[in-house]
Amino acid sequence: MPEKRNLICINCPVGCLIEVTLDGDTINSIKGYQCKRGLEYARAECTNPVRTVTSTVRVKDGILPVAPVKTEKPIPKRLIRDCMKEINRCCVQAPVKIGDVIVENLLGTGVNIVATGNVPEAHGKNGS
Amino acid sequence: MKEVDLVVIGGGPAGMAAAVKAKEKGVQDVLILERENSLGGILNQCIHNGFGLHYFGEELTGLEYAARFIDKVHRMNIPYCLETMVLNIGSDKTVTAVNSTEGVFTIKAKSIILAMGCRERTRGALNIPGTRPSGIYTAGTAQKYVNIYGYMPGKSVVILGSGDIGLIMARRLTLEGAEVKMVCELLPYSSGLTRNIVQCLDDYNIPLKLNHTVVAVHGKERLEGVTVAEVDQNRKPIPETAEFVPCDTLLLSVGLIPENELSRDAGIELDPVTSGPVVDARMETSVEGIFACGNVAHVHDLVDNVSNESELAGESAAEYILGINVPDRSETIVVKAGNGIRYTVPQLIRKQSLSRDTVKIFFRVADVYRNVRLAARCGNNILVERKRIKVTPGEMETLELKSQDLREINAGEELVIELRTDGEGH
Ligand SMILES: Cc1cc2nc3c(=O)[nH]c(=O)nc-3n(C[C@H](O)[C@H](O)[C@H](O)COP(=O)(O)OP(=O)(O)OC[C@H]3O[C@@H](n4cnc5c(N)ncnc54)[C@H](O)[C@@H]3O)c2cc1C
Ligand code: SF4
Repeated sequence: MPEKRNLICINCPVGCLIEVTLDGDTINSIKGYQCKRGLEYARAECTNPVRTVTSTVRVKDGILPVAPVKTEKPIPKRLIRDCMKEINRCCVQAPVKIGDVIVENLLGTGVNIVATGNVPEAHGKNGS
Repeated sequence: MKEVDLVVIGGGPAGMAAAVKAKEKGVQDVLILERENSLGGILNQCIHNGFGLHYFGEELTGLEYAARFIDKVHRMNIPYCLETMVLNIGSDKTVTAVNSTEGVFTIKAKSIILAMGCRERTRGALNIPGTRPSGIYTAGTAQKYVNIYGYMPGKSVVILGSGDIGLIMARRLTLEGAEVKMVCELLPYSSGLTRNIVQCLDDYNIPLKLNHTVVAVHGKERLEGVTVAEVDQNRKPIPETAEFVPCDTLLLSVGLIPENELSRDAGIELDPVTSGPVVDARMETSVEGIFACGNVAHVHDLVDNVSNESELAGESAAEYILGINVPDRSETIVVKAGNGIRYTVPQLIRKQSLSRDTVKIFFRVADVYRNVRLAARCGNNILVERKRIKVTPGEMETLELKSQDLREINAGEELVIELRTDGEGH
């Protein structure tokens, strides 16, 4: 028996309503997406759901105490908590530049955690 | 008095896109004034992704999106003053601002672009009875604390209002180890993007309590809990449903409102629904040569739309300064929010400014509707119509009209944007 699943594409704020018909593990049809990313999302959501994780890491000697980061690519949804643990374990030395790799090959996924913003070094950081 | 061709007020995505476009279109002398210590606006605290798919064709975080425009501003050598607060603008296009190096100074501009963005509403929150313990923040303030200063506002959280910032913060605080107990929404639907409900609440099993509100706050020094109750059809709390929810933090995400003090003081006509200036299809306000774009004109949910709209404003300001395509302002078509529509932007179209092939009308619907058609009508003539499976007030809609069709409309006539259901009309 084919099964219908309604998904909302989360890849961009347009939020297309996508209807997938499944026969067991086989996808019969995917409808309602407006771009290729929606098609890929619907396929993945029915097989291996993934999310991009964004957060901040602690920075030493920066003008700000934290720097924004993201997983360069979406990671499996079930790894989100472990990913946050990795991120919270990190402390990086200023300066941090947009695109800097903060964690390489996160949890063996092959995905890096990269900085998404700049945190320059603080001057006179020791109050001297 | 210093003279500048174009002064852009606000260095967020709107101001940057407008300035870049104006310079590209031939205005040499552009100046951006920004009150914060960096360009980027609200995007500086948006570490989450979901920006830029439509404008750049790739998914970026808010900061990354801002960085692209900051690069453009630098590459085009557009000067900007940071930590410079604009205090007043005159209808004669003088701009008075203050900063620590120059003190208070006035600039005479040929044209001004308003790009001051919006601020968070606290309305609704103000009439919550009870003491005023610490631990109550607007969602945007909390976002700034966590994402920029690395400071967590609390451990157990209730969020009032399901606006996007609240939803984003529900996920953010959960990931940082706080317990987000619930998101309460007074209305029967969320005002946030569906995507954020899926990705920020459903993914983490955070309950979204529709038709619920906070009726009391408890705690002397620090918040100890809130009383939550369901509301009836008239949005009046039902006393029997009141429930105490222990928490140390309450976040308010009850909407955004355009920064409109400067506009009002300049004598610019404001739209009571958007709270932003009334603009024409070139984003010009009621004062000739003063343009508005981005969240100062109406609250956007998509920064990509902000960039596009602001480029239009930048181009229009350039045309105004260079004396190209400057329309006779007397011949206007009024754009009216008809059945089921809350507001439209633009609110009017100048007949003689139809130099581009199409005109885009942005609008929001008044409620959640299913299986409807969105239409632009003049008299009995439907100019465009689009079928929609579902529309919600949380998502901005657009209709694109052919200038060729608009030219046929007589000045003074109304162009009605409306929602049509089957069984009605043709
Ligand atoms: C929490 C949150 C989440 C969002 N999520 C998304 C998303 O996922 N995807 C997406 O596409 N969009 C998202 N948006 C929307 C997008 O960020 C905004 O639409 C966009 O930033 C608006 O740009 P703006 O330039 O009009 O306003 P702003 O970014 O607010 O910039 C206005 C600037 O003007 C300055 N200013 C104001 N008054 C003065 C003055 N008097 N003098 C000098 N300077 C002044 C301010 O300091 C500010 O820098 C989100 C917005 C928020 C708040
Ligand atoms: S299908 Fe494409 S346009 Fe639609 S929500 Fe997904 S990413 Fe956005």
